[in-house]
Amino acid sequence: MSEASTLSISGDTVAKLSRGVRLREDPVRGQTVLLAPERALALDEIAVMIVKALDGKRSLDDIAAEFSIQFDAPKAEILGDIIAFVDEFSKRRMLDLQS
Amino acid sequence: MNQHVSAETIKSRAGVPAPIAMLAELTHRCPLACPYCSNPLELETVRSELTTEQWIDVFSQAAELGVLHLHLSGGEPAARRDLLDLTAAAASSGLYTNLITSGIGLTERRIGDLADAGLDHLQLSIQGATPELADRVGGYKGGYDRKIAVAEWTHAVGVPLTVNAVCHKQNMDQMGDMLDLAVKLGARRIEIATVQFHGWAEKNRAALMPTREQVLRANTFVDEARKRLEGVIVIDYVPADHHSSYPKACMGGWGRTGLNVTPSGRVLPCHAAESIPSLTFDNVVDRPLSDIWYKSSAFNAYRGDDWMPDLCRTCDRKAIDFGGCRCQALALAGDAAATDPVCVRSPLRQALVEQAEIDSHTKPPAFVYRGFKQSGA
Repeated sequence: MSEASTLSISGDTVAKLSRGVRLREDPVRGQTVLLAPERALALDEIAVMIVKALDGKRSLDDIAAEFSIQFDAPKAEILGDIIAFVDEFSKRRMLDLQS
Repeated sequence: MNQHVSAETIKSRAGVPAPIAMLAELTHRCPLACPYCSNPLELETVRSELTTEQWIDVFSQAAELGVLHLHLSGGEPAARRDLLDLTAAAASSGLYTNLITSGIGLTERRIGDLADAGLDHLQLSIQGATPELADRVGGYKGGYDRKIAVAEWTHAVGVPLTVNAVCHKQNMDQMGDMLDLAVKLGARRIEIATVQFHGWAEKNRAALMPTREQVLRANTFVDEARKRLEGVIVIDYVPADHHSSYPKACMGGWGRTGLNVTPSGRVLPCHAAESIPSLTFDNVVDRPLSDIWYKSSAFNAYRGDDWMPDLCRTCDRKAIDFGGCRCQALALAGDAAATDPVCVRSPLRQALVEQAEIDSHTKPPAFVYRGFKQSGA
């Protein structure tokens, strides 16, 4: 884990899937997959929700606030999870970021 | 939170998982003549190629079967005049559509049209970091410059680019420059793959086999580069097979994750499977793809562990490497069901290492370029 790239992602970051990365239903296996060059990742429900929320408009902070209300959970904790997710997927070159 | 789609997680018919990826060799025609081409020694002619409609039908069967990634390959897929129609059809059936190309035959306009048709990703081969070396390895003058242009056009339309660099004795010391070039071209990903010694590459062993020192340097370089370039470029690396302790998990296991369709429609568990003479292969023209995947003798030949020699069946690595590569076992042990001789536990390992050592230190002879028999190459 490179510290520099972790630090560059914050609540102000706005993210969206890069071109060539897309979410798809996989009816044969009954799951949702994120497809990228040479990668097919089976996502759980939470990951699918995060990916769908990364619309290139709302900040991670906005998304965390919304999930916090929806799931009645502490916003700081949710934001931490979202930042970790965005950090991991940006290292895999799957996201376009603006801060 | 996420995981690779793996055979273990998949509910499957009779224990056989649905395939994840299909490699469609649209044609064996290619302007390049790389001496390690993965196409078979007996290339299929243009007259035997499937028609546009036949390919489109195969794509739709593949999507229904559970294939997620479609690789349009060759030969050079751009040699097919219907590449745009094929791409559009593949994309509209939901397949993640990847073009694996030398770049020759693509124009700025054609790349724009492919992007509009739904191409998800383009994978461009490079043969070296300098025009002199790259064009000599590819056997095509002017190829390097053309590839740079193709990379720039691809980047400009926004289609993600992977640079594919096959490495061997004669270009391995340019690995750093090839990586820098990929970053400069805006590639999000690079595949650095050491030559696999089958088919054409086997004919060129003395010209291609890297030395142990080169391989060790490359391994160290990749480790370092992955850390340095995290978040900039993803590096997928296939280390030198003959210099590893254990065999590669060829194709992620026979008939487990992927399938390959030749230009004439023969369906293979891997691109080199035709080198195993005891197998017979079905054609999509005669039999549904699903039937071939689940029921054909070729796909069932090396599934599970019944076929394995005791050495592999009792090995704790059998779920990791599945006994290695069947084609290599045939080529080197004379038996496709033998333990891959790359394995340190194989009795043939010592001979393999000694031969690799000899080939790696031989002054490289001229390449035997790939080509059709009648071309006299």
